[in-house]
Amino acid sequence: MNVKRRVAVVGAGITLFRRRLKETGKELSYLAANAALESAGMTMDDIDCVVMGTAPDAFDGIHMKADNLLDGAGATRKPYSRVYVGGGTGVFSPIGGWWHVASGLFDTCLVVAEEKMSPCIPHPQTAFRTIWDPIITRPLNPNLVWIFALEMNRYMKTYNIPKEHIAMVAVKNKGNALDHPSAQLAAKITVEDVLNSETMVWPVQRLDISPPSDGAAALVLTSEDVARKFTDAPVWIDGVGWSLDSAYWTNRDLCFPQYVAEAAKMAYKMAKITDPPKEVDFAEPYDPFTYKELHHMEGLLLAKKGEAPQLTADGVTQRDGDLPICPSGGLLGVGNPIAAAGLMKCCEMFWQLRNEAGKRQVSGAETGVAQAWGDLMQVGTVTVFRR
Amino acid sequence: MSEKVKDLRGTRLSAADLESKDTITFRGRPNAKYAWSAGIAYTKYLEELKNGRIVGRRCRQCDRVLVPPRMFCEQCFRATDEWVYIKGTGKINTYSISYLDADANRIKTPILVAVVDLDGASPGIGILHKLGNVDIEKIHVGMPVQAVWKPANERKGSVTDILYFEPIKEK
Ligand SMILES: [Zn+2]
Repeated sequence: MNVKRRVAVVGAGITLFRRRLKETGKELSYLAANAALESAGMTMDDIDCVVMGTAPDAFDGIHMKADNLLDGAGATRKPYSRVYVGGGTGVFSPIGGWWHVASGLFDTCLVVAEEKMSPCIPHPQTAFRTIWDPIITRPLNPNLVWIFALEMNRYMKTYNIPKEHIAMVAVKNKGNALDHPSAQLAAKITVEDVLNSETMVWPVQRLDISPPSDGAAALVLTSEDVARKFTDAPVWIDGVGWSLDSAYWTNRDLCFPQYVAEAAKMAYKMAKITDPPKEVDFAEPYDPFTYKELHHMEGLLLAKKGEAPQLTADGVTQRDGDLPICPSGGLLGVGNPIAAAGLMKCCEMFWQLRNEAGKRQVSGAETGVAQAWGDLMQVGTVTVFRR
Repeated sequence: MSEKVKDLRGTRLSAADLESKDTITFRGRPNAKYAWSAGIAYTKYLEELKNGRIVGRRCRQCDRVLVPPRMFCEQCFRATDEWVYIKGTGKINTYSISYLDADANRIKTPILVAVVDLDGASPGIGILHKLGNVDIEKIHVGMPVQAVWKPANERKGSVTDILYFEPIKEK
């Protein structure tokens, strides 16, 4: 790997996450972008190029929506591109920004992620009907939650995981989100609340799932030289990785996300991390479902196969534990405006590593890992941030 | 969110706001329709389903039998070599019990969903389908199951020509 330049994060911004927001996608993009620029002490004049991360067009109901969002992202008459890997988009968007700057092509890049799921009525789930192969899968009338339930059950059965341990992820993340001002579903709940919540698609229950949401987030990336001009406390993107597995998902091992491991290995190699559980201080793995946080801890090589649930039960992943996981509150607590939720995790790393996270602060945080996941359970996107 | 930032931006909209007929919302519905070609591999797959048979493709390089069939092997990245008929039996790789329909509406009678690893295909090669004629309490990973087909005159060349998979009775 030949990385020409180190890339810094110098600003981060986020909007409120809610089931419905009044602002258009364009307006939300503007709010997040503007907040990130303000936090960097920059204006749009300082920005060389823009990367937009936004996930399925079908939720907004605007085909090729990145073009529609362009003005709100400040990209008018600038080099602009959209990156897209389904649910993995949020963490992929700063990777897209990274290669613009690391290559030496640009000194500054504004990364914006937007999602509005509320326009799709009565429920955004209907838009997911068009994700499936039209010939061999759609005739079965699948609901997207099916595949997660199938994966979760396979994971539980293979390692004999008690549902109680998985439920603890919801308790932790919704609790962590109480300290996140943007949060949509922050709550103090118990394991019993999760286990007694409505069964949606067994073993997935109501409180195992993150909500549909509207929201936006943004980061400002710069070269090292530019970063030094604007801040004494840059955060560095020291590793990036991404990998996609076969779309023939019924032909894959549903028990271990190999594609996440491939992405993580790439990012760790770049960041010169050889012992992830020791060298990573906290992580923001993608948690649209409770079990996914555990699955992804294993994919990120932060836990051995099948052992993430026990670490959770032992309190290791609490904000004050040895390996805090989702100190932000994650998608389960803060909300899941898909691409914006992934970028929210990178914003959280920025704030944690700058010691600005307030009540959410993880003490001694020097190295963080964020990860997102999506498409037909086949994509892993990973970033390593350091202060 | 940074503790340095005091104003959080965004305006919550209630479900009632969204339902109201004033200037807050605009409604529309795309009227796009599609007719997909099933392609080379799936056309044969669907034809054979109509005949009451499951067919896969063999890749001689990795020696895998692939279902659903494809004309290329995504691992070896070369053309697959031959059609292989697969038995309509297999084992449950994983299953779930769905109380949601395709639009996320609640349903009383659950849909039983499974990935079935087919006998005669390579290990770990499964298909998505439904389970039927089974006691929910008895479904388990590894359970032997068999395809239950629609009557020949009702088959139309679709994955739904298999009604569901049912447990194979222990002898
Ligand atoms: Zn092959």
